[in-house]
Amino acid sequence: MRQGRLGTAPLLLLALLVVPVLAGLAGTLGPAFGLMPGSGRSALTLEPWRRLAAWPGLWPAARLSLVTGIGATALSLAITLLLVASLQGTGAFRLVARSLSPLLSVPHAAAAMGLAFLIAPSGWIARALSPWATGWVVPPDLLTLRDPGGFALMAGLVVKEVPFLVLMVLAALAQAQGTARATLASTLGYGHAMGWVKAVLPAIWRQTRLPVMAVLVYSMTSVDVAMILGPVLPPPLSVQVVVWMNHADPGYRLQAAAGAVLQLGLVLAALMAMVGVERVVGWCGRRWVVQGGRGLWLDRPLRVAAIGAAGLVAGSIGLGLLAMALWSVAQLWPFPAMLPQGYSPQVWIGQAGILLQGAATTLLIGVPATTLAVALTIAALQHEATRGLTGAGHLLWLLYLPLLVPQVAFLPGLQWLTLAAGWHGSVPLVAAVHVVFVLPYVFLSLAGPWRSWDKRAALVAASLGAGPVRILWQVRLPMLLRPVLTAVAVGLAVSFGQYLPTLLTGGGRVSTITTEAVALASGANRRIGGAYGLMQMLLPLMVFALAHWIPAILFRHRRGMAETA
Amino acid sequence: MRLMLSSALFSLFASGAALAQPDPANWPAVLAEAQGQTVYWNAWGGDPRINAFIAHVGDEAQARYGVTLQQVKLASTADAVSRVVAEKAAGIDQGGAVDLIWINGENFATMQGAGLLYGPFATALPNWSLVDLAGKPAVANDFTLPTGGMESPWAMAQLVFEYDSARVASPPRDLAALAAWAAANPGRFTYPQPPDYLGTTFLKQVLLGLGTDPAVLQKPVDDANYVAVADPLWAWLDGLHPDLWRSGQAFPANEPELGQLLADAEIDIGFAFNPGRASAAIAAGELVDTVRTFVPDGGSIGNASFVAIPYNAAHAAGAMVIADLLLDPAIQAMAQDPAVMGFQTVLDVAHLPAADKARFAALNLGVATLPPEALGPALLEPHPSWMVRIAEDWVKRYSVAE
Repeated sequence: MRQGRLGTAPLLLLALLVVPVLAGLAGTLGPAFGLMPGSGRSALTLEPWRRLAAWPGLWPAARLSLVTGIGATALSLAITLLLVASLQGTGAFRLVARSLSPLLSVPHAAAAMGLAFLIAPSGWIARALSPWATGWVVPPDLLTLRDPGGFALMAGLVVKEVPFLVLMVLAALAQAQGTARATLASTLGYGHAMGWVKAVLPAIWRQTRLPVMAVLVYSMTSVDVAMILGPVLPPPLSVQVVVWMNHADPGYRLQAAAGAVLQLGLVLAALMAMVGVERVVGWCGRRWVVQGGRGLWLDRPLRVAAIGAAGLVAGSIGLGLLAMALWSVAQLWPFPAMLPQGYSPQVWIGQAGILLQGAATTLLIGVPATTLAVALTIAALQHEATRGLTGAGHLLWLLYLPLLVPQVAFLPGLQWLTLAAGWHGSVPLVAAVHVVFVLPYVFLSLAGPWRSWDKRAALVAASLGAGPVRILWQVRLPMLLRPVLTAVAVGLAVSFGQYLPTLLTGGGRVSTITTEAVALASGANRRIGGAYGLMQMLLPLMVFALAHWIPAILFRHRRGMAETA
Repeated sequence: MRLMLSSALFSLFASGAALAQPDPANWPAVLAEAQGQTVYWNAWGGDPRINAFIAHVGDEAQARYGVTLQQVKLASTADAVSRVVAEKAAGIDQGGAVDLIWINGENFATMQGAGLLYGPFATALPNWSLVDLAGKPAVANDFTLPTGGMESPWAMAQLVFEYDSARVASPPRDLAALAAWAAANPGRFTYPQPPDYLGTTFLKQVLLGLGTDPAVLQKPVDDANYVAVADPLWAWLDGLHPDLWRSGQAFPANEPELGQLLADAEIDIGFAFNPGRASAAIAAGELVDTVRTFVPDGGSIGNASFVAIPYNAAHAAGAMVIADLLLDPAIQAMAQDPAVMGFQTVLDVAHLPAADKARFAALNLGVATLPPEALGPALLEPHPSWMVRIAEDWVKRYSVAE
């Protein structure tokens, strides 16, 4: 491997991320101002904006997007910090971390459908209490789902984002000597939680803030979760944009593009507000830290709250999934019965062919996309290592670009561009577009372990005569096998979950488990939805299990390679 | 493997080559060209029973004509319209991704108006002569627009109300009775949120039930008569909404969600655009067997479902073979079987050959399905412009909760 060739890797990586996003954005900005080549619209106009402004739901929809997005993010972050600060290093924490990480592979839509069945007036909680405690023989007329305030939507987002943030914080802890810092704080007499907030949090925030921003963007712009749990009068802005995009009258696409641009503006404003809050909290925090409060009394109540919150998050996803699994084999299941009246494998048998074909296509797209993403990431990181460079902070922003720009803001533009270029919907094209979304997650999950690898091993190998290539293949990669496999699992899980990119660039001909699941979710059929939701979760879960077991078997005779997390 | 690869390469080049669209008048040539084609049928994919029916049609197409049928399952028919619009914008006038669309009403009007359809082909199909033109005028008039052979019918639909007879002894059969029933049973009735298809169909049913002159609705809307027609509708809805499910603060999104609410006993009265849906759902164990159906006094809205072929379809010949196969008496009888879908036939059953007539006579319509004579008259769909205007105003009036 020559230096010159490696040198192009970081550039290629950034181009892969930046070019599609910017091109897609241009393809959305045009229609927002009346430019849609090929449809006879080629004059600059503000008409789409006037039509957008004339929609009476605009202000409430924008407000919903802001309130539910910011609320869900703040709550997710608070629960995450509560969990890690009060439990890190305890046996309970290992249990929490172990039970939260598989939840990462639960698709958003499946988690939302499960939660919806738990909290609906005809759902499991109401059934458990009816009629003996509530007297309800028919479900009560209560707005627990799709409430105008968006609380059900926020709950659905929080239960999915907390596992993600906990794992991101765990990754950051490993790099920033979190355990050593926590120990030092406790020798100085600080309480567990207080010491963590004062001594560890500032050190890991730099690596944590970008995942938090990604959560903020996702929460503000999610379409699938909002369609299941969110209010409808009006829906959040992102949902309305998709509704307009799909309107029978193509004229609505212009106003959809304007809505998408507005959504982008809202997201940017929220991100800037977050940076502002960060500054204020940082300024106040420095003054607060030097006051030296030990906060020992906080530990017990916080620990109880943390275990309660973790139980609520894991419990609501777990119970929701169990309910979906039951629905997939249920015959008649009327209110207020706790269990179906009968069971039948009819749905699974009827869908088997489509499920298997969808699974095959899902792998056909996910495996090459992930392989390419992992190879590029390793090449870029290796280039950085051999040149002695460290990851420049400003480049991280670009890595996050596909996660920070709302999908509805650039995917329609990207679809138009791929069509204009004559690339018909095909599996390779979809796989190429998936790389854009897989790459950031792969890079983020691999960069930390790669950079914190003990370089003395390379030094020893070099002194024994090994060149850089041999060091990479025979020392570094084997030692980093576990994080590489985890990155592969994360990449596959991300690819498996993509809906809009697959639908728009695949032209509807490329059907994966996820596109099938969302099409069927439009039919609100819990039986089918349950089967597809489980299948959607099963694939990444198997990959995560492989990523866990392969190193465990390979390294069974090497104690130093045992799992440390 | 090598064979697969080379045939894949071949089709890659073939799709780029300029191919003249087939002539439906020369049916043997159409059949010859269709042989070996894969037809991508873009159809709403939200109902597994419909998907299974389409898969079965695909098996028949393969066995009889060597045509492979692939359903592209859509969350909304407009996705396919958007796709063709995007292809036209990008200059892809041949080898498009969509071969066949399940379509009617506004989507047909849009595609027809924008010149996005191939045809006319429907009247040249061999099975066209079996279609009940006289008894079911909707097969040639899609929401008042003459189809002109640009789309081919494959199913009849009629609005029927569904109620749980265990909780509702005698269902309300006109609008005044429905409003009174809702006031007495608040929170037990709702309708899908317009501009959803079934939701706007309910609004049309209300318009006709309020005594609007059907002749006025058959012509395009004009500003002079719009207010006089729409005002009674808004007044009636204003009265109804406080008594709806969730007090009108939330609405189900579509027909399947409305059906799920009935199954969950969240509502007592629902409706569907398929007289056989309730029986099919009961047969599948998804709905209690006390559900029955009724049609309001004076009849209910009825229309036809069609298939159309985009102007740039890559496999127009195969698509026509599928359109013709959908009119086959055996396929039509299967579609009407409530164990399959419960869709009503577009054929003139009385004039079919005896063997085919027997297929329909043998159908067990199911416990909740009304016999054809009890369905009442199928009322004609209004001109699409009415619903565009009314759906827009519904959104303005009701889509932002206080």
